[in-house]
Amino acid sequence: MNTGHVIRNIWPSLVLKGAGLLLIWGVAYWNLELFSGWITYGVLGLPQGNHFSTAFQFFIFETPKVLMLLTLIVFVVGIIRSFFTPERTRRILAGKRESVGNVLAALLGIVTPFCSCSAVPLFIGFVTAGIPLGVTLSFLISAPMVNEIALVLLFGMFGWKVAAIYLGMGLIIAMVAGWVIGRLKMERHVEDWVYATGLSAGLEEEQLDIAARIQLGRDAVRDIVGKVWLYVMIGIAVGAGIHGYVPANAMASFMGKGAWWSVPLAVVIGVPMYSNAAGIIPIVQALLGKGAALGTVLAFMMAVIALSLPEAIILRKVLKPRLLAAFFGVVAIGIMAVGYLFNFIM
Amino acid sequence: MKKIQILGTGCSKCKTLLANAEEAVKALDIEATIEKVDKIQDIMKFGVMTTPALVVDGVVKSAGKVLSADEIKKFLG
Repeated sequence: MNTGHVIRNIWPSLVLKGAGLLLIWGVAYWNLELFSGWITYGVLGLPQGNHFSTAFQFFIFETPKVLMLLTLIVFVVGIIRSFFTPERTRRILAGKRESVGNVLAALLGIVTPFCSCSAVPLFIGFVTAGIPLGVTLSFLISAPMVNEIALVLLFGMFGWKVAAIYLGMGLIIAMVAGWVIGRLKMERHVEDWVYATGLSAGLEEEQLDIAARIQLGRDAVRDIVGKVWLYVMIGIAVGAGIHGYVPANAMASFMGKGAWWSVPLAVVIGVPMYSNAAGIIPIVQALLGKGAALGTVLAFMMAVIALSLPEAIILRKVLKPRLLAAFFGVVAIGIMAVGYLFNFIM
Repeated sequence: MKKIQILGTGCSKCKTLLANAEEAVKALDIEATIEKVDKIQDIMKFGVMTTPALVVDGVVKSAGKVLSADEIKKFLG
């Protein structure tokens, strides 16, 4: 009974503190533009309407904006993820029918903590628990591709529409690609020893209280924002440079809508490249700013994040060459389809 | 005599965990063997789905996290 009493007492102060912090965050966030104008023209006295002033204001407006968004989202996602351990996700997916399973797996890919170095044990843990191969692959596609950092950066730099389309398309690729591989019935192309691995109980789940979950959210912020802030600043600096100076269609001739071959080319170039979601943003920013078509650039970005040579080498331990090729092929086709669709509708 | 095993296929996080475990053992001044398990077949026998993982005397204590030396001490005490 005693512990129940303590828990009830934690909440009011927690909610109050959270609301207070959120209010400060909101006030600061919505005054950033004003503030950046004040610094640029008031404090530093830079001339109005000059290229450098515009670029400078863009930089000191966008940098805190994106970093604040990133901090908030990474914190919230960190807390949400504390509810979805891989063990729990496996329990949810086990025994689901294929199509429902593909949808669920893609969605759970967003909220389950995942690191590509764990792709192999995760794969084995899933298939030995009886989760269909296609459903497992839906998860393995969605987890790296639908990335909260990329989502925040796209939202911050290009608006909510681009971010929403990236999210939706990432999910659809994960669902459809996993489903297609399931239909191809390629279970025998999984390395034989995988299914021979017995399913063991693994870790029992820890019961976390709210304070521990908040701590996990803070750890995520320290870990992720601490790692990517530099890339974010470079990306924005590139954007600021373009904002002020470079003519808008330098890239248009060979990465613009007119060039049909640019989408497959973007994917072919993107696959061998390996970068985290934040590292790719400066490149995306530069390409877009110089007139490359959005679909082409998104295809490039998805190919870099979701498909990479190191990942292929890791997955080769559990997938025989044909299945590995099918996996990369189906995802690459999906990404190209997104690229074309984007270029077509925008 | 404790038997500590670090499960991981060699990513940087696994190396950090290994170093932290060594630090924890040194700080506690206990007798312990530290072994790195990096073959995926062997890792799977412990039933973990995320690496790096910490195993003490055959029992999985944590998975998917880089524990600090202080956190590891708790599992050794």
